[in-house]
Formats: sequence, C-alpha cells, structure tokens
Amino acid sequence: MSAPTSAPTPASQPRIAFILKKAAMSAFVALVLFSLMIGIRTEAGPTGQLIYWTRFGDLATLVAATFGGSIVIELLRGWLGPSGAADFIPAPVQSAMAIAGQWIAPALLIFTLLVPVIFYDQRYILDLSILVLTYVMLGWGLNVVVGLAGLLDLGYVAFYAVGAYSYALLATNYGLSFWVCLPLAGLLASLWGVMLGFPVLRLRGDYLAIVTLAFGEIIRLVIINWQSLTGGPNGVSGIPRPTLFGIPLTPGDDGLAARLGIEFSPTHRIVFLFYLILALALITNWVTIRLRRLPIGRAWEALREDEVACRALGINTTTTKLTAFATGALFGGFAGAFFATRQGFISPESFTFNESALVLAIVVLGGMGSQLGVALAALAMIGGFELFRGLEQYRMLVFGIAMVLLMIWRPRGIIGHRSPTVYLKQAQAISSDLVKEGHG
Amino acid sequence: MNGDVILAIDHLTMRFGGIVAVHDLSFAAERRKITALIGPNGAGKTTVFNCITGFYKPTGGTMRLTHDAGQVIALERLNDFRISQQARVARTFQNIRLFPGMTALENLMVAQHNALMRASGLTFLGLIGAPTWRAAESSAIERSIFWLRRIGLIERADDAAGNLPYGDQRRLEIARAMCTEPALLCLDEPAAGLNTRESAALSDLLLSIRSDGTSILLIEHDMSVVMEISDHVVVMDYGVKIAEGSPQTVRDDPKVIAAYLGADEQEAIAVMESGT
Repeated sequence: MSAPTSAPTPASQPRIAFILKKAAMSAFVALVLFSLMIGIRTEAGPTGQLIYWTRFGDLATLVAATFGGSIVIELLRGWLGPSGAADFIPAPVQSAMAIAGQWIAPALLIFTLLVPVIFYDQRYILDLSILVLTYVMLGWGLNVVVGLAGLLDLGYVAFYAVGAYSYALLATNYGLSFWVCLPLAGLLASLWGVMLGFPVLRLRGDYLAIVTLAFGEIIRLVIINWQSLTGGPNGVSGIPRPTLFGIPLTPGDDGLAARLGIEFSPTHRIVFLFYLILALALITNWVTIRLRRLPIGRAWEALREDEVACRALGINTTTTKLTAFATGALFGGFAGAFFATRQGFISPESFTFNESALVLAIVVLGGMGSQLGVALAALAMIGGFELFRGLEQYRMLVFGIAMVLLMIWRPRGIIGHRSPTVYLKQAQAISSDLVKEGHG
Repeated sequence: MNGDVILAIDHLTMRFGGIVAVHDLSFAAERRKITALIGPNGAGKTTVFNCITGFYKPTGGTMRLTHDAGQVIALERLNDFRISQQARVARTFQNIRLFPGMTALENLMVAQHNALMRASGLTFLGLIGAPTWRAAESSAIERSIFWLRRIGLIERADDAAGNLPYGDQRRLEIARAMCTEPALLCLDEPAAGLNTRESAALSDLLLSIRSDGTSILLIEHDMSVVMEISDHVVVMDYGVKIAEGSPQTVRDDPKVIAAYLGADEQEAIAVMESGT
C-alpha cells in the first residue's frame, strides 16, 4: 500500500499532463490547418462548376500523426535534456573541429582557385561556382552592416540593383568600359547607402529593418517606373561583356584567343568571369579583415555591443553607422556591376526582396561577423539548393528542414564565435554567448 | 570654494515633463581633486551626471568646464559624443557598460578611437598599412597595456570583457574611460557591488588617478570610499543641494543625517559610523 509500483510518481504526473496537453494543442492546430488543405478537395468540373469531395480519413491520419509525433518529440527531449551543441557533439569531436577550422579556409581557397582547372569541361559547375561566389561577395558585403555594425538591413538588394544599373546604363549609353564603371558603380551604390543611412540613424531593431526593407522596394519600384531611363520592366539588354583590360574575349581577330594564338572557346569567358568575381570577393574579404583591425572596424563592433558606451567614449555614432552602410553598399555595388556584365541583361525581377532575404540568411546562417562562416553558408545555401534538385517537388521542404536543423544545432550560425582583432599573447575565440547581436 | 575650478555648475535644472529631477543646482569641482556627489536614491545624482556628460540636455543652467590651458567650454551646448571628444569628459556607468564580446584589450583600444582615427588618416592610411599608422597603433597598444597593468588585468588582456569577474569589469570600465585621456573623469557608483578588499583597491586607484592630474567627479553610495578619498562632498536630496563641504563637515550636518534617515536608516548609520 505504501509503495505503489504501477502509479506514476508525483513528479512525472504533471509532465505527462504537459506532454498530452501539448500534443492535443498540436493536433488541434493540425486539424484547423489541414481541414481545408486536406480534408476537402475542390476542383473545377467540366462545365466550370465547383466539384468537391471530402477526405476525412486522410485528415484523421495526419492529425493522429501530429498528436503521436508531438508526444515522441517531447519524450526524446526528456531523455536528451535541454538541446545545445554541447549535448550533440562530444568534446574530442569539437576540438578536432576547431583544428580542422584552421585549415578549412586555406583549403577552400586553394580548391576555389583550382575549380576552373578541375571542372573546365563542366559549364554547369562553372556557372554555379560563379553564382556561389557572387553570393559569397554579397554576404561579405552585408556582413559589414549586419555582422559587424549590428544594423539589420533587409534592403541590401537595393545596392546590388544600383550597382547593376549603374554599370548597365553607363556602359550602354556612354560606352564606358567595365573597369571604369566598376568603381563608379561601387561609389554610386555607397552614395545610396549613405542616403539610406541618414533617415534611419535614430531607428533600431525592427523599425530599422522595416525601413531598410521599404528602401529596397522603393529602389525596385523606381527602376520599374522610370521607363525613360531604366527601360522599366523590360530591363536593360545588350550590356557589354567585360574585357581583359581592353582585350575582348571574342572569337574575332583582336580577341584574346587570337592574340594568344590558341583556339577560341566560349569557356574562356566563363573562366575569366570566375576569376573576376573571385578577385572581387577576395578584395571584399581582404578589405573587411583589414577594416576590422582599424579603428573604424572596432567602432562598428563596439556599436553592435553597446551604442551608449560608444557615445560616452567620444565615438561619433552617426558617421560610424553611415560608414558601415556605405562600405556594405560599396561591395554590393561592385557585385551588382559584375552581375550586369555576366548576365548581359538585367531587369527589376532580379532585385526582389527574395534576394535581400537570401543574402541576409547567408549572413545569419554563417555566423554574424564571421568571414569563413559566410562563405560556407553561401556554399551551403546556393550549392545545397542545387544539390537537392534531384528531389524535385520536395526540394524546398528538404532545404527548409535542413536549415531549421542547422539553426537548432548552431543557433548563432556555422561559425558562432568571434575572433579578437588585436591580442597580446594569444587570440582566443570569444564565445557567441557574450557577443551581442546588435539592436539596430 | 576658492581653488582652481575645473567644472562649475550654475543653476542647473532638469525637468522631465512635470517632474523636476534637478532643481537649481550649483556646485563646483576643483582641479586635481575628487568631488563626491552623494544623496539618497532618487536624489537626482545620475541625472546631473547625464547632463554633464551630454546624455540629457538640461532644461536650464550652465555647466562650464575649464581646461588646464584656460580654455572654457560650455558643456550644455555640446551633445553626446562631443563632450568626450572635445571637452574631454569621460564617464562610467552605474550598470557596467563594457563591450562584453570584445577582449579587455579591445575595449581599451576602442576608447582611443578618435586619436587612432586621425592616425589612420580616416581609415585610408591604415588600409594601406602606412608606417605612421603602425606607430600610432603600437603606441595605443602600449597605453592599453599600461592601464591593464595598472588595474592588475594584464594577464586577462585577451579574455572577453564579459567573462571577467564583476570587480574587474568595474576597474576595466574606469581604465577604458581613462584611455580617452580625460580632463574630468565622472564615475557613477564605481564601488557598487564590490567587496571590502576590492573597494579599498578602487580607492587606491582613484587616488593615483587624481595624483596623475585628472580631476574626478564621483557618485557613490559606499560611504567608506566617499569619506576616505573625497576632497569635497556635495549632498543632494529631491533634486536640490542640501549640504556641501569637506567630508567631515558633511558627515556632521544634521540635514544630511535627516535626509539619509528619511530615506534609508542603514545608510544614515553608515554615514555616521564611517568617521568613527
């Protein structure tokens, strides 16, 4: 009597109640969602009338599956304890990963340099690599604004668009070469970065995000509607291809192939574009790494950590924010000019909010502020998206699940820790728990 | 008060809507001295600090800062970062505001931002690694090392500031303020949360900063610290000054005792006992 064996202990009773309650709530949400999506099937009949039939059996199965699944997840959670990277990965593996981390950047760089050599015949892989590198560069550019300065920018695509249209319009209207337009495109984009920066100086967090989002849309809508200048929805076509400092990559007599005395191949241009974007991305990376060690870069990071303390130390937060916007926009503009010359045709459709969201996802997924993380994330996002192509209609589903799992496993991104910009004895990685995410 | 005045506050008033946080406050802080601003909770001390350091724009009154060279600066006309940049007034915060994700060394480097910005030619010289920039950077590191040694944190220079113990964070915040080379250092409750040994070390640090020639304005609740190191004490209650003078005179002032008794008995007893 005094030792009941079958009855649950008092401590586990509320736990069971909680699990059942949660499962019932999940099942209810599933019922509401699926009752129309699955429970009733509608179709247009042969004469245009509405035909519908019910599938309550399928609905019941799914709701039951949700109920059962919720219980299983809660039980698993009870066994595994609170989730965190430390629980899933044993310490030796973590230290091995830290050592591998030191070699991954040089190894990736060497591999990237060799990509055109290894995959010379595979046009698809070369094109994909160029795309990945473009996003690596955009990610590195946005990383200055979001990762270092902690200013959430949802309208980064606007600078990409300004860069692309700057090159396209200057080249088609005035016949300026790519190498003259590239710096101009960057400067124009960074001018727009400053123009965006001014009105949002006092905004923080969600409010800043909304205004930058609106800014991205404004630029796109202006491009669509200013038909006389931009061609509106028809875009700009016939954008000149880049030249190797004046030598065109064409089959003609003055082309590079003829001058070098080798047989012309259209792959030459692809390889050239590959190395061009690689060089641009590496310049972005080099400048960002340099800037982090300069007072301006430290001020960006300090701004992310504590804006009030920055002001108390005599740091002009206005110019600090504006330079962050301008620097990020500069790289976005460069990437835009490259995009225009690679495509040969641009239209407003290439500069939708989706692009901003994708680049921001790359920065967040990579680990805010980490250069290597952003590169890996761009590879995972763009490359991974292509990798799942074989799954056809399940592609987005698998991709979404993969991203959710990655964020559960590493909530602060692939490379979540911060490396100090200056050290006396030894540079120690700073845990992401201490590093702030910025507040505006 | 007839000494060499570094900061003269005249008829300072700060209103927030209908609430008068500071009413017609006048006092002066002498050069190379430690002036303490004390009073019960809610007396308006931090509001005065926020006015001096440009976080609030005072409703009325003037605040004159006189530099060693004789240059007079009207603090009420400057705002936010310019107070630190031009008037060379540095401050710390009641709730520590370090950059927790940056190392102790980086925190001190950020404090030298303005000097380093000039040396880096607004980033452009720094980007190409010009020798002038390199020299400026290494002298900034030297200064940081000097302060890390002085506060006894040289061994933890490469640790994240957020990982340091509470007392170390307090001292690091003072060192960070000192790296801006201030003429006047404003400390908002530097001894809050420190144990006896740590607050004794803090007193020594503040006295050594004073003897190096920096004037200090101090808000403090720890009466042992106030009585030990202050040269001049200003007592506030309900936004007005109720007493002023040397630590001894203030301690025996019945108005001060009443203010503390009215607000918090323990603190009043602390005031009376700290001298005996």
